[in-house]
Formats: sequence, structure tokens, C-alpha cells
Amino acid sequence: MSNIMIIRGWSAVYLREFIILKRRLPKLIPAWSVSPLLYLIAFGYAVGQHVNVGEHSYLEFLLPGLVAMAGMTQAFSIASEINISRFYWHIFDEFQSAPISNLAYVVGEVAAGITRALMASSVILVLGALFGVVLSYNLLFWTALLLNCFVFSSLAVGCAMHVKSHADQTLLTNFIITPMAFLGGTFFPLSQLPQWGQKLLEVLPLTHAAHAVRAAAFNEPARPVDFIVLAGVGALCFLFAILSVNSAKG
Amino acid sequence: MIEVSDLTRKFGSQSALDGVSFKVEAGEIFAYLGPNGAGKTTTIRILTGLTRRDKGEALLNGYDIEDDPLRCKGQFGVVPQHTNLDAELTVSENLLIHGRLHHMERSDIVRRTEELLDYIEMSDRKSALVKTLSGGMKRRLLIGRALMHSPTILFLDEPTVGLDPTIRRRIWGLVRKIQQDCTTIFLTTHYIEEAEFLADRVAFLDSGRIVAEGKPAALMAGIGEWAVDYLEESRLQSAYFPSRTEAGTYVHERANGCTVRRVNLEDAFISMTGRKIL
Repeated sequence: MSNIMIIRGWSAVYLREFIILKRRLPKLIPAWSVSPLLYLIAFGYAVGQHVNVGEHSYLEFLLPGLVAMAGMTQAFSIASEINISRFYWHIFDEFQSAPISNLAYVVGEVAAGITRALMASSVILVLGALFGVVLSYNLLFWTALLLNCFVFSSLAVGCAMHVKSHADQTLLTNFIITPMAFLGGTFFPLSQLPQWGQKLLEVLPLTHAAHAVRAAAFNEPARPVDFIVLAGVGALCFLFAILSVNSAKG
Repeated sequence: MIEVSDLTRKFGSQSALDGVSFKVEAGEIFAYLGPNGAGKTTTIRILTGLTRRDKGEALLNGYDIEDDPLRCKGQFGVVPQHTNLDAELTVSENLLIHGRLHHMERSDIVRRTEELLDYIEMSDRKSALVKTLSGGMKRRLLIGRALMHSPTILFLDEPTVGLDPTIRRRIWGLVRKIQQDCTTIFLTTHYIEEAEFLADRVAFLDSGRIVAEGKPAALMAGIGEWAVDYLEESRLQSAYFPSRTEAGTYVHERANGCTVRRVNLEDAFISMTGRKIL
């Protein structure tokens, strides 16, 4: 199959998701704002007003963590969209009976997940600015965020191909995403934990994402290991997604 | 052309298809008739690459769906039993995505969209969201979408199920029109009159096996030309006769409550399987 056919295949899948996303945007933007707004008020103002983490206020510490967390949750939410398409609308069948490769399908869905996640993360940056927190949103910041979204969007597509119902999908979110959201360095510095706890949480990709995004936002030197882990885990999840497409067939 | 030999598929210990073989010539309408659960949808799902087969061979215009899936998938369009349109997209956006999935050029998509909307008589609903369409309109759009990339084979899985008789007849007219463009049509249905009206040839499917295959007239002629329906022990029974005179004599011999009518495909199915289609 020629390269142009692969490109057309993925762009069709992506275009479908993008049109729907665009149509839902007036509802999604307020929805994306609620949780971060509550975190910023509760943890940033109420709890952390007089707390500093290193040289930064707690609000400054919190914002990059929330950005990384939103990137993760919104990228992973493409799994729910895929499963609604699969189980309720049967649109997955339309993709599967079209002459597109599994690679093209996965690229389209992963790109859609990344788009959605980057939009949701940008909403948090705007909210942060409203709270008076403007950090450095440089190239490293966006690279780290993009890699984070790539990891969780790929993982979501792979998982979506294996679940047998929408209820299974909720279980996956509860077991994978929720613990990571709280333990991945979003709300507190991992240095507060005992050594063994820090080692354990270093396994989570969100820990590396939160660290890389925060370091870039603070203009601190980047840890190459964060980027290497995110790229490596992302590549593995992407491969997992491609190999999983056939398992969604009957 | 569709060539299927020894197609077999089990779900657990349940045999959904058990050595099914048939051939559909180019430009022919082939009806696959059988009760719910006979294996009609499983056959279409295997032929269109949505379900894996355990055994057998299936060639669409010479391409095998498992050996050469991408080339094979370009040969056909599918109208599934359950609507799988994108409810959140408009009519023309549904056609656009289908065209992109089938690697059509942008100019061809625009031209073909106009042609098809005219063909399925929905030009005035081009910008309507699919969720606002009626059941009949969704069916016509499904057919239009399946034809978007000009396939030479069209799979219609229960295309008129749940539609009222007027809309059903409109869909039949559309199917006939599609056949005139030399499209090979594989139709599954459990509506007898649909198969009788549309099909050039019919296969009876029962419990995953083809029990008979042939032209509708030949299958019906095999059991007679006239049927007498009567009640026996609270069950509707039928007797078949070669002429109306013999059917009339039989009615006279029996008590009241008999009905004389022409034999249909369901009679042929019942006489071969002992089961009703519906």
C-alpha cells in the first residue's frame, strides 16, 4: 500500500473525530474547566496559599501538574469515544470494512486523542493565567506534554480494543488513570515520600511527564530520562494499540 | 463475483456456519434466506472482514478477505443490519468520511456526494444531522454511503427490517436501480416477499447450512403451485398441490377454515426444513 493511502486512511479517522470534537467544543470547554478550577481553588488558594514548594508558590507548583494530569485523562478518554462508537453506534465496523490498515486507524485515533488532550491542557493554562500564574510555555514544555498525550492516547486505543463493554472501560480508568492522577507528582513533590515510594512512583509515566512539564515551565534543566521514558513507553503503547486492533474483531 | 467454499465458523461449541459454499455471478441479486440465528449476518461479517472464519475460502472479485484484505475491501460496500451511521455528523459529512476511508480524491467526493444524494432522493437533507433523520432516510443514506466508492459488490444485511411497507417498496426500487448498474448484490432477509421480488437466485440457510439453492420460481415449483392453509390441533398447517382444482378438491374434503393461495418461498423453506423463516 502506498504512503498516500496510509495518510488518507488515518486522516479520515482523524477527521471524523475532529468534526465531532469541534461540534461538542462549546460544551467541552466548560466541562474541561470544572475539575482544574476546583483544584486551583481548593488546593491552590484554600490549602496552599501559604505553602511554598522550593522557590515556587504551591499554585505555580500545581499548575504544570494539572496540565500533565489533564493531558493524561483527556488523551485516555479517547478510549470511551472509541467504545461508544464500537458498542452503541457500530462505527468501528465502518472503519474495519474500509480499505485502511490497522496502522492508519491507530494513527487517526491516537492523533484525535492528542488533539483533545492538548486542547484541554490549554484550557488549564488559560485558567492558570486568570489565577495570575503564567509560567514558561517553551518548546520543551510542549514536547513533554505532547509525549505525555501520545503515551496515554496510544494506551487508550490499545485498551479500547480489548474491553468487552463500556463498563470494562470504566474499570480500566479507575484502576489505571485515577491512581496515577493522584500519585504521579501532580499535587505533591515526590521528594516528600520515602525513598522506596519515590522509586516505586518513578515507574509511572505520569511521574516523568509531570516532572518534565514542570521543569520546562520553571525553566529548570530538563532530565533526559523523563523524555526517554515517555518516548519509550509511548512507542510500546502505540505498538500495543496496532497489535490490538484485530482482537476487537469477532 | 462472489465465490465461497466450505465456509465454517464456530462460536464456542455453537456452529454458526458449517461448510457453506455458493457462487454469485457478477450483476446478480442473490438472496440469503433463513430464520434469525441461521448464520446470515455471520456470513456477511466474514465476507467483509469483520469476523474471522475458522475454515474455508471466500473470494470477492478474486480477492480473499484474509489474504489481501485492503484490495478486497475496495471491491464492496456494506449496508449493515444495524444502522452504523455517525449520528453526530451531517448527511454529507458521513459520505465525506466514507469517501476518505476509501481513498477518494476530494473532487470525486464532492461530485459523487451530489450524484448519490440525488440518487437516494435526499439532496434537500444534505446538511441535516443524521440523528434528525427518519428510519427510512437512514436506510437510504446507508445504501448511498455503501455506494459512495462505486463498489462492484454490495452487501445488504436485512436492508428493510423495521421499515413500513411503503418505505420498504421504495428501498426495493432503489436496489433494482443499483442492479441495473451491473452491481452484484448479496442480500440477506427473512422477508419472503423481499426475496421473491428482488432475487435472481435464492439460498435457504438453516442452522449454518445451505439446504437449497436456485431460482425462486424453481424452488417454489418443487413443492407445487397452490397451497391450502388449515388448522390442525391449533397449529397452522399447509398442503401443496400442482393445480388450483386439486387444491379446491382438498378444501371440499376438509372442514371449514381453509385458505387457498399461491405457493411462496416460505412454503419451499418449510417443506425443506420443517421450520418457519420468521
